[in-house]
Amino acid sequence: MSAAPETAAPRFAPGTRVRVKDDWPETRGPCHIRTPHYVRGRMGQVVRPLGAFPNPEDLAFARPAPRRQLYHVLFDQPPIWDEGKAGDTVMVEIFEHWLEEA
Amino acid sequence: MTEESPNRALHDIGGIARFRCTPVEHDEAPPDAFGKKVDAIRQILAQKKMMTVDELRRGIESIPEDEYFALGYYERWLRSIAALMVEKGVIRQEDLA
Amino acid sequence: MAAPPSGASLALLDKLVAALNARGLVNEAEIAERQAITDRASPEIGARMVARAWTDPDYYALLMRDGKAAAEAMGASMAGAPELGVLENTPKQHHLVVCTLCSCYPRALLGYPPGWYKSFAYRSRAVREPRAVLAEWGTQLADDVEIRVVDSTADYRWMVLPMRPAGTEGWSEEKLAAIVTRDALVGVAVPRAA
Repeated sequence: MSAAPETAAPRFAPGTRVRVKDDWPETRGPCHIRTPHYVRGRMGQVVRPLGAFPNPEDLAFARPAPRRQLYHVLFDQPPIWDEGKAGDTVMVEIFEHWLEEA
Repeated sequence: MTEESPNRALHDIGGIARFRCTPVEHDEAPPDAFGKKVDAIRQILAQKKMMTVDELRRGIESIPEDEYFALGYYERWLRSIAALMVEKGVIRQEDLA
Repeated sequence: MAAPPSGASLALLDKLVAALNARGLVNEAEIAERQAITDRASPEIGARMVARAWTDPDYYALLMRDGKAAAEAMGASMAGAPELGVLENTPKQHHLVVCTLCSCYPRALLGYPPGWYKSFAYRSRAVREPRAVLAEWGTQLADDVEIRVVDSTADYRWMVLPMRPAGTEGWSEEKLAAIVTRDALVGVAVPRAA
């Protein structure tokens, strides 16, 4: 893909088990984040890095926005909702600073 | 997810209970003249580097809850764009009164 | 149908345009021009991309490697648009695209998102009960097909590459494109040979 030039190599390789930070910036004041509530604290698997993009959390406030690595991360559906069909998944674009190695 | 987090932001609606039993209305109509105009203004202001899509979203997300769900899609955009242009000092609040 | 804008919103729009116009920032001609460009984007280009990918291995490879370049090769105007990612359906996996946080949609390619894509019900339910949502479209998947919901949260916009249905052997690219609907490009429907 013709993603923007990267500033640092992606930290997580495809297949890496990761956990989304169980963090709620919403409770600390005005913010804009692109990590949906339903994956916070959840375990997932890196599908692939998608390139580095200016951090939307800064862009939303017209602040200088350093590039951050973006990943496609895959989650099983049933553990998230306590329902659904085994094998069904949800894939979400998540920035590196929201992920930690599981 | 038996309980929804009380910390969840208004716009962050994936899977929430509120819409569980709401059928998806198959509304195929293109935006009306109002919507298309708001859409075009957003594109022009973005092109002129006067606002980012992230700022637009932040403005939409800060609309109070009762209004957020009462306003139409492009009405929320318009509210956000107008507030941003005032916030950035491009126009004055009085211009919109 | 969405409710029409309120009188207050119509008045706010007029005042905003007047204020921006008074500062030389936005005028009616620019607005009309921008709108005309947006009106030209349509699911037809996406449908032609799918039909070409079904029939031309080189184009398929380009589509999977660089969606924007593949769209531009078919005449779409992608300058300044976000990246375009392509999600390939297989006999065992079906993709469904949603944006739970707002309404991210490959609009540079497919045009304005339909009302239902922006609706609270679709945004909320597609990620949690995708099979129920598909059923509302009359789309039934075989039991052994896994659904991969794609929540479009950041810098990509996503388009589904549906499977070519049986019974379309020997069809022209044009005839194939005619069965690829906007709904199939989002993943709420699948192309049928009928």
